[in-house]
Parts: sequence; structure tokens; C-alpha cells
Amino acid sequence: MASKLLRGDTIATIGFAAAALFIIGLLTALAVELFSGSATSISKFGIGFLSGTTWNPDHEVFGALPFIYGTLLTSAIAIVIGLPISIGIAVFISERLNGHLGIGYGLGTLVDLLAAVPSVIYGLWGLLIFAPLLRDYVEIPLNKSLGFFPLFGGTPYATSFFTAGVVLAIMIIPTMTAVSRDVLRAVPNSQREAMYSLGATDWEVTQKSVLPYARSGIFGAFILGLGRAVGETMAVTMVIGNAVRISPNLFTAGYSLSSLIANEFGEATGLYRSSIIEIALILFFIALIVNIFARLLLWRVSRGKTRN
Amino acid sequence: MIHENFEAFPAKLETRNLTALYGKVEEINRINLKFPENRVTAIMGPSGCGKSTLIRCLNRIHELTPRAKVQGEVILDGVDIYSSKIDPVAIRRRIGMVFQKPNPFPTMSIYDNAVAGLKLNGVRDKKRLNELAERSLRMAFLWDEVKNDLKKAGTNLSGGQQQRLCIARTLAVQPEVILMDEPCSALDPIATAKIEESIAMLKKNFTIVIVTHNMQQAARISDYTAFMYLGKLEEFGETAKVFEAPKSELTEKYITGKFG
Amino acid sequence: MSILLVVAVVLAVIPLIYILGDVIIRGVPAISLTFLTHLPTGPTFSGGGIANTIAGTFTMVGIATLIAIPIGVGAGIFFSEWSGNKLSTVSSFMNDVLTGFPSMVIGLFVFIILVLTTKHFSAFAGAVALSFIMIPIIGRTTDESLKLVPTTLREASMALGIPRWKTILRVVVSTGKNGLITGIVLAIARATGETSPLLLTAATGTHFITNLFNQPTGSMTILIYQYGTSPYASWQTQAWGTALVLILIMLALNIIVRFGIGRNLSEARMD
Repeated sequence: MASKLLRGDTIATIGFAAAALFIIGLLTALAVELFSGSATSISKFGIGFLSGTTWNPDHEVFGALPFIYGTLLTSAIAIVIGLPISIGIAVFISERLNGHLGIGYGLGTLVDLLAAVPSVIYGLWGLLIFAPLLRDYVEIPLNKSLGFFPLFGGTPYATSFFTAGVVLAIMIIPTMTAVSRDVLRAVPNSQREAMYSLGATDWEVTQKSVLPYARSGIFGAFILGLGRAVGETMAVTMVIGNAVRISPNLFTAGYSLSSLIANEFGEATGLYRSSIIEIALILFFIALIVNIFARLLLWRVSRGKTRN
Repeated sequence: MIHENFEAFPAKLETRNLTALYGKVEEINRINLKFPENRVTAIMGPSGCGKSTLIRCLNRIHELTPRAKVQGEVILDGVDIYSSKIDPVAIRRRIGMVFQKPNPFPTMSIYDNAVAGLKLNGVRDKKRLNELAERSLRMAFLWDEVKNDLKKAGTNLSGGQQQRLCIARTLAVQPEVILMDEPCSALDPIATAKIEESIAMLKKNFTIVIVTHNMQQAARISDYTAFMYLGKLEEFGETAKVFEAPKSELTEKYITGKFG
Repeated sequence: MSILLVVAVVLAVIPLIYILGDVIIRGVPAISLTFLTHLPTGPTFSGGGIANTIAGTFTMVGIATLIAIPIGVGAGIFFSEWSGNKLSTVSSFMNDVLTGFPSMVIGLFVFIILVLTTKHFSAFAGAVALSFIMIPIIGRTTDESLKLVPTTLREASMALGIPRWKTILRVVVSTGKNGLITGIVLAIARATGETSPLLLTAATGTHFITNLFNQPTGSMTILIYQYGTSPYASWQTQAWGTALVLILIMLALNIIVRFGIGRNLSEARMD
């Protein structure tokens, strides 16, 4: 009798543990395959791959720098535009709408809907509608008036680093907003009340008490947004222009790590393919580091939500 | 430890040098206690004295908490329930437990809650389930109030009714001992009175151990009382004697309200 | 100062309205019975449709769901019910890392292990890639849902002499099932909208498939990508139409989550 009861428990434990092991296995296998697939390229180019600026399939010369540059630049633009907006929305919902919870919920739902739109639809809209608009109403005017400034110089393209950055900003705002809201909600009311009782205004309370307290959580939101931006493929591929280039001009066409993989993997063989896999490996590491960093920062916030 | 003829009477359940730890912290220390058959034994004491830990050791629930450890013996009908030959799951069918806050299963109806211990363990015989459901709900003094609403959700009941449902749920499994961890502390006086009434009837067929912080309750319903302080057993004896002529100074201080 | 906050809100909401508006305005002209039931044709021919891609998306997401649910829910249960365990902590952390992972890299991985080895693009490979994206999502939502179930319910079940595995499946999971189902539907919605994992695994197709393991398979998202980046106006219109169909499917999934789950809350029954 005793053994029959225990056997059910043992089988169940092993089953659930196996599922957990699968996940560890998946991440490990991912790393292993990427390493082994890029072995040829690594042995050929070594560390120079990271600083190489040439990408020439015909002559079999490959370097990753233009793509690393493109990924980081577009992500930076996305963060610079998106983070203040996300914090703004989060503050608005969490701190200002206290009496109007219905609106807060509705607003939160709207922002969440942004997250539900598939990447390829962002790309479609970005390519066919938004990019030309950005070029005509933002890039060309800025280029005309501030073109001496390297960021705004060169020839403005519709598909550019800038367009990709703006589209990415729209895409990562929901994530950063959701996390920021959670972070702000986790700030104990006693912090706010203490400030209010000293006669502070709404904005002073937010700026001097709530935001500083939530600093590391907000930083985590930023890192999480960065993680999403770095890995985003379809929308970026459709609006970045796909030109191998390192340039300070925001309005010119460029390339990103994930776009390269999407565009060129199909025809690649041999060293070419191995180099693309190495590009994926670089993306893997960037995403890994960013994600781990974000999780560690947000660990404190999510701890508050665990078992009662 | 101060006892009244301790060695003399037989007990359904007893502890020998029972010690429980959480991590490195000792919560109860070398408790030797007897729970006489078909009697109500109350365990009382101030907050933090270990009474909840003690009762949770009696049906091997304490060890489910991570980092919790139990040493010593708990003997049911002459057999140590902590022996490695014994299956804790089987023991828990013989020693049932009612918790401080009523905890009916939220996804189940009143009927399903009452027979949960049977249904979830594979009993399918509808006739038997119906019989046991009615019998347990009657013994818990709840049948008349719910007999026409058996399919309704268990959580739709009032607090007192929910607790009686939990008692019925425990009874349906037909245990021999019923442990109650402050079962009335979340309830109003009327609901409390109903449950105390049912306990008085239940002891005819079961051995009952009740943890309570309410001294009047202990005096009202128990036959034997144990007083615990800081993880140790301070006094144990017939309730009337413990309350009227406590042997230990600490017991006397507690009873007269000098500390809580 | 508060004006800036309102500006922020407006800036975020405008793109959403703009995008959805464009999808509807430009997509509706493409929708017709032909569109939904016929196979694709060349850009200069009329009467083309996206029928095979609808079937392809449904097939691959369906298979992916069948793979992802046991592994994702199983892992989530392990994270929640064995939460102090070292394996659980490590796996849960890795699970969270995987949720934000670039789906292009996942697609590349499945290409290497399935397409290169079998020398075929296939619906199965596409489904596997999608499942690798769904599993971490389901794992996390399951974990969070089960952690919300009060400990006292587990204790009540154990105290009745119900073994642990039954306690987990019949009491804990049963109580937390709304959260679980929500998580699964969210993962399905996510998988339906993914493109890059399918690029290198299922590739593209212009016909209904007859074999899950050796034929490239078309999907709605890949079609949007292909047609949207093409220079043909007729194809671009079809891309918008497909985008509209996709959005409608995801809307339907979201509605199921919000309203279907709510109704289950009041049912008290035992399976």
C-alpha cells in the first residue's frame, strides 16, 4: 500500500523535473549548436571578426562590426525615445490616476494591445506608410536645417537607422511600461505619504520620492526593453534599409545582426554560413547578457508577487 | 513537566521526546504528551509557545514545510508514525486536521468538498459517497442548512458554515483522531458556539486535539488541558484541575491573565 | 509637469490607432471569399488567395501548442511546487531568460537541428521552432498562477491523506486553472504572430501541404513579409488583407481569454 502511493509521487516528480531539465537543455543546446556552427568562421577570423567592417560573400571576407553597430544604434534610439514615454505613462497610470482606476485599466489595456501587434505588421506599416512619412516630415527638415551635425547629415532615406529606431521604440514601449508600472506599484505608500506630509506637490513626490526608490526597477525595465530591441527581427529588417555601413548619419540605411540572418541565410553555405551563425552567436550573447542583467535587477520586484 | 498520574492511563495518541526544528531554530523541545481516546485534549499557551507546531507534527504536516525537521516519536495505537516503514499519506487518513482559517476547495461544490478526501482517492461508489456525505455533514451540524444546495460552490457559505464544511470533509474520511488548529479563531461567537457543540458530540467517536488561545473555550469543551510555554510542555492534566489548581506558577500566571 | 505625462500617453496611443486603422482601411479591400479560399497566384493575376497560409499557420501553431503545453505546464508546476529546489531555481531563471530571446536565433537553431539533418523545410520544423517560443511563456504564467494558490489548500488536501501528485493536479492546478489557460492562450497568440522562426524552418509555400515533415509550408506571417516587401501593388494589398485576418484572429483569442475564462470562475464542479 505504501509503495503504491509513493510510486505516483515519484513518477510525477520525475515528470515535472524532466520538463524543467528540458528548458536547461534547450538553452544549452542552443549555445552548443551556435558554437559548433560558427567554428569554421571563428577559426578563420578570430577576434578580428568583431571589429571587421567588411562583409563580402564573393571574396569570403566577413566582419561583424557594421551589424553590431546597427543593432546597438537602433536600440539606443529606441530607448532614448521609448523610455521617457514609458516612464511617463507608468507614472500617469500609477501615480496620477489613483481615483480613476477604470481609465487606468483601459489605458493599460491599450498599451498592452501595442504589444500584441505582430512584428511583421509593424514592419509592413513601417515600410509602406511610416517610413516615407518620417522621411518627409522629420528626416528631410532636420537634414536641411541641422545637416552640419553628423547625426542629421548625409542623404535621408525612408528606410534608415532612425526609422528602425522609432518603430522599435513603439514596439518596446508596452514592455517597459508594464514593468515600470509594476515597479512603481511596489513602492510602499509610506514613501509617498511621508513626502506629502512635508507639503510636497504631486510632481515633487514623484520626482524626489517615488522615482528614486524605484530606480533599480526602472533600470531593469530599461534593460528589458533593450533586450527586446536587440532581438527584434522582422520590423527592423523591413525598415532599416539593409545596407552594410557604419555611419553616424541616423537617416541613412543600415543593417542589424538579426536582419542579416533573416536576409542572407537562405543562400549561404560553407564559410559564409558559418559566419552568419557566428553573427547569431554574437546576438545570442548580447541577448543573454542583457536578459540576465534585467532579471537580476527585477528579481526584487518580482519577489513581491510570490506565494502568500 | 508536571503531570497527573501520567504513566497510568492509556492513550490513543502520544508523543515521546518530540522535538521540531525549522532550520536550526527549535520550535518545540522534547514534548511528552498523551491524548486519551474519545476525549478532547486542549493545547493552550501564549503566542509563539509552539502549540501550532506541535499539532502539525501529529499528522506529519509540519515536515511539508521546507527546512522543517522532526525528531522523537509520535505513537498512534502503539506504532510510531514517524518510523520509516510508515507511509505519511496513510497516517493522514487516520489523523485528520481542521485549520485555523476555513479552507474549502474553491473549485468544488459543497458535496464535492465534503467527499473530496474520498473522491480524490479513487472512491467511485455513488451510494457510498452519498451516504458518507450526508453522515459527515450531519455530524458537523451542517446538513440541514445545505441539504438542498449541495451542488452550489463551497465558497458561497458563511465563514462558520465553511468551517463546518471543512469539519465534514475531515469526518468523511473516517479518521480516528481529529486535530483542530484554533478552528474558531476566525469566527464569530455564534458560529463558534455551533462548532463547540459539534465537538462535544464528536468526541464520542473520535479522539480530539484542539489548539486554542481562548482559555474559556479550553475550559468549556476539553477534558484534558496541556499548557505550553516557549516550546516546552509546562503542565498537563484534567482540565478542571489545571484551571482550578494549577501545579505550575507559569500556568497560574497565564490563566489569571498576567501574560498573553 | 502633468502635461508632459499626458503627451507621453498620447504619443503611445497614436501609433496604435494609426496602425490598426491602416490595417483595416487597406486590408478590407483585399478581403473576399476568393481571398480566403483560393491559393496564391502571381502578382499580375487576379483571383489569388491565402488559403494555404491560413491552413499552414493553424497547423503549425496547433502542433506547437501540443508540444508546448506538457513541457511548459510541467516546468511551471516544478517551479511553483518545488520552488526551493536548486534545479527549479536554475531552470526558472533560464526560463525567464528564454522568454525575451530573439526568435530569429531560435529559428536558426531549429534550422540546424531539424532542417539541415532532414534536408527538408517542413511544417514540423516550423512547429518545433514556435513551440520553443511558447514553452517559456507557458512555464512562467503557469508558475505565477500556481504560486497564487494559497498554501493552506495544499495542506488541507495533504491532511486528508491525498498524495502529493494528486494534490498538485486535482487541487492546485484545478484552482489555478484560469491563469494557466490564460497563459496558454497568450502563448498561442504570440506564436500566431511570429515570423522569423518560420523563415528558416517552414519557409514559404503556395499549396496546401500533404506531408508535415518534408514540405515547405506557407504561413500568414511569412506571406505578409514576402508580399509586403515586394514591388507589386496587388501583392501589397494582399499583405494588408492578410494582416487584417491575422489581427482578427488575435483579437478573437484575446476575447476568449477575457470573457471565456471569467465565466468559468463561477462553475463549481469536479472533473
